[in-house]
Amino acid sequence: MINSLFLINPSGEIFLEKHWKSVVSRSVCDYFLEAKEKALEPEDVPPVIHTPHHYLISIYRDKLFFLSVIQTEVPPLFVIEFLHRVAEMIQDYFGECSETVVKDHMVMVYELLEEMLDNGFPLATESNVLKEMIRPPTILRSVVNTLTGTSNVGDTLPTGQPSTIPWRRAGVRYTNNEAYFDVVEEIDAILDQSGTTVFAEIQGVVEACVKLSGMPDLTLSFMNPRLLDDVSFHPCVRYKLWESERVLSFIPPDGNFTLMTYHVNAQNLVAIPVYVKQSISFFECGSDGRLDVTVGPKQTMGKTVEGVMVTVHLPKTILSINLTATQGSYTYDNGTKLLVWDIGKLNPQKLPNLRGSLSLQAGAPKPEENPSLNIDLNIQQLAISGLKVNRLDMFGEKYKPFKGVKYITKAGKFQVRT
Amino acid sequence: MSTNNLSYNDQGGSDSAVEVGQETTPTSSNAGAGFGLFSTNFKKNDDLKEMLESNKDSLKLDAMKRIIALIAKGKNASELFPAVVKNVASKNIELKKLVYVYLVRYAEEQQDLALLSISTFQRALKDPNQLIRASALRVLSSIRVPIIVPIMMLAIKEAASDMSPYVRKTSAHAIQKLYSLDPDQKEHLIEVIDKLLKDKSTLVAGSVVMAFEEVCPDRIDLIHKNYRKLCNLLVDVEEWGQVVIITMLTRYARTQFTSPWKEDGLFDENSETAFYESDEKKTKNGDEKKSYMMDPDHRLLLRNTKPLLQSRNTAVVVSVAQLYWHLAPKHEVGVITKSLVRLLRSHREVQYVVLQNIATMSIQRKGMFEPYMKSFYVRSTDATHIKSLKLEILTSLANEANISTILREFQTYVKSQDKQFAAGTIQAIGRCATNISEVTDTCLQGLVLLLSNRDETVVAESVVVIKKLLQTQPTQHSDIIKHMAKLFDNIAVPMARASILWLMGEYCERVPQIAPDVLRKMAKSFTSEEDIVKLQTVNLAAKLYLTNSKQTKLLTQYILNLGKYDQNYDIRDRTRFIRQLIVPNEKSGALGKYARRILLAPKPAPVLESTYKDRDRYQLGTLSHTINTKASGYLELSDWPAVAPDQSVRNVEVIEPVKEWAPSLGKTGKSKLSKSSDDKFYSDSGEEKEKGSGSSSSEDSSSEESSSEAESDEEKSSSQSSEESDKSSSQSEKSSSESDSEQKKTTKKPPQKKTVKPTAKDRSYLLPIVCGPGERLHGFVSKQVPVSLSLFSLCILTPCPLSCAALLLQVSGPAFVPEKSHDLLHRMTGKGLSAQYQFPRQPCLYQPTMVSVQISLTNTTDHPLEQIHIGDRDPTGLDMHCFNAIECLLPEASVTVSLGVDFNDSTQAANFQLCTKEDQFSVSIQPAVGELFLPATMTEQDFRKEQGKLLGMNESSATITMAAENTTRQPISRQVATVANLGVVPSGQDNIHRFAGKTASSGALVLVTVELRELSAALITINTEKSVMGPMLLRDLKPFQEPKAKMNELP
Repeated sequence: MINSLFLINPSGEIFLEKHWKSVVSRSVCDYFLEAKEKALEPEDVPPVIHTPHHYLISIYRDKLFFLSVIQTEVPPLFVIEFLHRVAEMIQDYFGECSETVVKDHMVMVYELLEEMLDNGFPLATESNVLKEMIRPPTILRSVVNTLTGTSNVGDTLPTGQPSTIPWRRAGVRYTNNEAYFDVVEEIDAILDQSGTTVFAEIQGVVEACVKLSGMPDLTLSFMNPRLLDDVSFHPCVRYKLWESERVLSFIPPDGNFTLMTYHVNAQNLVAIPVYVKQSISFFECGSDGRLDVTVGPKQTMGKTVEGVMVTVHLPKTILSINLTATQGSYTYDNGTKLLVWDIGKLNPQKLPNLRGSLSLQAGAPKPEENPSLNIDLNIQQLAISGLKVNRLDMFGEKYKPFKGVKYITKAGKFQVRT
Repeated sequence: MSTNNLSYNDQGGSDSAVEVGQETTPTSSNAGAGFGLFSTNFKKNDDLKEMLESNKDSLKLDAMKRIIALIAKGKNASELFPAVVKNVASKNIELKKLVYVYLVRYAEEQQDLALLSISTFQRALKDPNQLIRASALRVLSSIRVPIIVPIMMLAIKEAASDMSPYVRKTSAHAIQKLYSLDPDQKEHLIEVIDKLLKDKSTLVAGSVVMAFEEVCPDRIDLIHKNYRKLCNLLVDVEEWGQVVIITMLTRYARTQFTSPWKEDGLFDENSETAFYESDEKKTKNGDEKKSYMMDPDHRLLLRNTKPLLQSRNTAVVVSVAQLYWHLAPKHEVGVITKSLVRLLRSHREVQYVVLQNIATMSIQRKGMFEPYMKSFYVRSTDATHIKSLKLEILTSLANEANISTILREFQTYVKSQDKQFAAGTIQAIGRCATNISEVTDTCLQGLVLLLSNRDETVVAESVVVIKKLLQTQPTQHSDIIKHMAKLFDNIAVPMARASILWLMGEYCERVPQIAPDVLRKMAKSFTSEEDIVKLQTVNLAAKLYLTNSKQTKLLTQYILNLGKYDQNYDIRDRTRFIRQLIVPNEKSGALGKYARRILLAPKPAPVLESTYKDRDRYQLGTLSHTINTKASGYLELSDWPAVAPDQSVRNVEVIEPVKEWAPSLGKTGKSKLSKSSDDKFYSDSGEEKEKGSGSSSSEDSSSEESSSEAESDEEKSSSQSSEESDKSSSQSEKSSSESDSEQKKTTKKPPQKKTVKPTAKDRSYLLPIVCGPGERLHGFVSKQVPVSLSLFSLCILTPCPLSCAALLLQVSGPAFVPEKSHDLLHRMTGKGLSAQYQFPRQPCLYQPTMVSVQISLTNTTDHPLEQIHIGDRDPTGLDMHCFNAIECLLPEASVTVSLGVDFNDSTQAANFQLCTKEDQFSVSIQPAVGELFLPATMTEQDFRKEQGKLLGMNESSATITMAAENTTRQPISRQVATVANLGVVPSGQDNIHRFAGKTASSGALVLVTVELRELSAALITINTEKSVMGPMLLRDLKPFQEPKAKMNELP
């Protein structure tokens, strides 16, 4: 299965390597680096590269390449999924996944990798199991550790009944028992020039933060589960009960986890919370163009739209821009030609507008196509599909937990063609 | 005191410091070499060494951390090996862990020194903590030193029967490591794999199947017996294991079931009931199948994998999708669509692989993804490879109904700033145009418009595509050709120029004015053109010469002369060839006459098709599919067999006939019988089957060999058995004759151990051939069972799953046999047939995992009852050994038969039908939890040790009160034994009484302790891995003692 793992930063430096079988020379990465050179963007590097003796499967995430070396047939998704788990694990342990963090915690990352795979086959990938074997660093503990010289690995090995519920460790205790659920919905949409919806759908996810003592058995039910068209669950959810009763019944992992993701069956009848009026034009003669963008609220169900942001990849031939925004501020990076207009809250009375002139490089032809606008936004206290959590019941434990549900709608891949 | 310098000197002079000297050898040489250049590096490692040799754990730990950081960065830290290996036995767990990590990395390079650490691991393998045992095995097996192969082998075998599933999982991983280190161990490893495959733990399943795939993927016969179990466990296996198991089962199913694709729609959803009839029909009609019946096992696989489509793990989802794609009836494949489309929301890399799979699927099955067409619309933020895959899929999905939508979408893409992508879109338009004739004209016009695009790549691509399109219908498009000729001057991309030239040549008669003019221009610029353009110029010249020699004769001559002296030999060759062909001279042979027919032959239109067209030759979801070449280790998916191999091989309940079929007959009979029955059962796959049985016979003989000598030296028997297996596999003839002689031997002295030898494997091969479909119901019964059989040998000889306890313990006879019998069938409901059952508490002879049940049947009617036998049973998977059909039971007579039931360690009732010739009665046997055990003898010491491993969730206890006179040994033993079939463990203390047993099915230990407290209180503690059985047993034990106690308190 997975033979080796290399972590590579965007400039091509290999800063961590781990081998689970015989050592593979890091020169194997040259094939990858070559492909990386060829690609315009880091995202364009092909995920699977075929070299004479090895297969290289890589992911690009958080500005890092995770490159694994494979020698024999294996489902590529198996490897890709695992690499993402590694990134998530680093994120989970150290708060973020970046080159500095990995370099700071080199030994611990190495130990974690050792635990995660045995002979290239995943052994422990559940965060709860890993945390029992190798404790994550906390500020308090690192202070104590430096003072007393103790370590992050417990003196007593966990009795580690890799139990029938691998995602939850035994003996969890909290003084405040709380369970929070965030229903987050994202709107993926493509709007065309005139503002008509070419394609739109809602993808949702229920994120949970459960801090409950003992072995609670939870049941979460929705007011309108029929809305959900396609779902995928954390392994803890009992699928049979969902099939028969449309309730989520589960023994939760401890801490943060993604309970389910879903797709809403709305047949293109997705409420689009904002409209965008835009005109980007380049004059045929002369190296000049104009940009005029206005954003306004549309179907917002009475809530305010916040965190609105417009991102535009301007054509490569743009030399400079001169714009004024009536609300918020814009930034422009001339290197990447990336224009970001951070609007903030939408005020229906006074619509934010960004306009001004674009100047092209002298002699450059008029761009063939206008750049499309990517919109970012969020609406608090609203699930745009109308999904509502009905109730949460707990069995198996005697205390009364505090329960909370939050709804939020965001823009996913929300694109306006111009 | 022991700085490196000192020891360096020591090494030079003294003999007394041999040890120190040895340890520093690598460094000292390094030091010698590295005085100048590497001195800093040397210094650094030097202080690390010093830290490692200090006696403070914190210093050592610091040093180890720095060393591991070095390794992680890819720096060489191998010279520290001697200093590190000394700490392998450290008490500090973190230090130990880091040393392990180091060892695994460098042991291969420092083999001799690595051997120093082996004894530590061997000790750790016996540690009571399962995690330490597991990690010791992990490290031991990761040390890639060939010398320790025997030690590894032994450790793996031991760990494979460990109590802890986690350790057993580790042993499954170790199998692969050992196999890659020494492939000669294959045969032995297969034995271990076979054993672990029978394991019922979900933790083990994934890893052992992985080992199976790596070591012996062709031994599909090992899967038969475990197939249903794997299917049923699948949902609870961890996600990575699921992927491996599903992939393996896909392959398995393709060899074992018939294709569900032939007569789609006719198939019967609830084929379970019709299972036996269809079986019979098939054998009668041979190939001539009227309607397709899906094998229930095939259905089981499909049913049990379906929920996994909802997994959060994308690899699991895709593996289920490929399983459905390769195995499900066509009309059921649709269920995977939604899930695959869902994955498109996932990470970019996931999208890439999923889109590739969808691309392959969408070529064959447009309908599947058409409703989700819009999910494949391209966003400007998509990565290049994602964009082109989406285009590919959109093109495949295009049909008359949606083409206008797709073309409108394509129009947006053509304008994209990503020119590569725009070019791809043009090709896609071309494909749509050829596939859907209604839009060909529209597309063509659109493409012509693109010819005036400012971007060169777009224009070039358009030209190429137009050329291909025109070829399909050349008659009415002279306008377009004229238009292109006009554009010719402005197009610089060689491919496009060449395409236009070719078009001119091909259709020169339609544009008689323009073509010569183009040729004229080309003659001017010939020398500065690219090779591909030159070639086409020569072609154009030749074609014009043939059709319009008046105007172009000179031009052609001129171009041919230029080509003659070109630098490129291809062009020179072509020129020479053309000249000979078209210009008539005395040397030109017969070919010249046909020049026109050669050059201006009507050419077939090119087919524009997807690059994913033939990708389906690889199993979907595999690496080979992704890279479109066969990756090493790729296992081919076989075609469906024309006739299904016998289904009964997967029946777990079949039991070997102990007497009727002499044990060694299994071996000899197999090859012969399978040959003779070829025409009947294996008409198509006969050859393959034979091969399979050949290898299995070798396997059997080896297992037999080793089992018969289980008590003797392990090494010896294994080497013998491998010899044996070599022989038998190479010459099946010889092996059969050998076993013939053996058969004689065994028949001479039947009541010996060897008589019970046919193992599960034997049975699996014996039965399909021996028993016809109808016969199966009756089963095979031993009329006489060798009584002298020692129970101990039974438990060793038979491969019992989870036989961890078997090695440790002996199963003893029951301490007490309750007389109580239960009603199975009342004579009123049984129309005169009455049946009672009781548990004789004898280990079941048919299979060690079964609980034996005695049934006494009485005929209370006044007429004889005929043909009493057991019919259908419920749960269908119920593993049960039936008794032989009783031909006739006279009035007032009664008969006692014995039955073996594998309750699977649960108190769920076994339901089955008791049939007579006329009637059928549904009956059920409800076991008390205490009957599911087999008593075990063990020492007090062992008992305590095992108890220590079974704490926490595995322990349940309760306090009860009991009467004073009941507190002596005898009554307590009696009371416990009445409830549960447990053995008494000799105890040193008077107030503690211990009982031990193991569960019949899985062999898990059950330990009961009764500790007498002051007055009449007693504490009952039960330790068992089976967390359900513990409390149940406790409940059964409690009331038994309490009421008595109460009665005694009454005056």
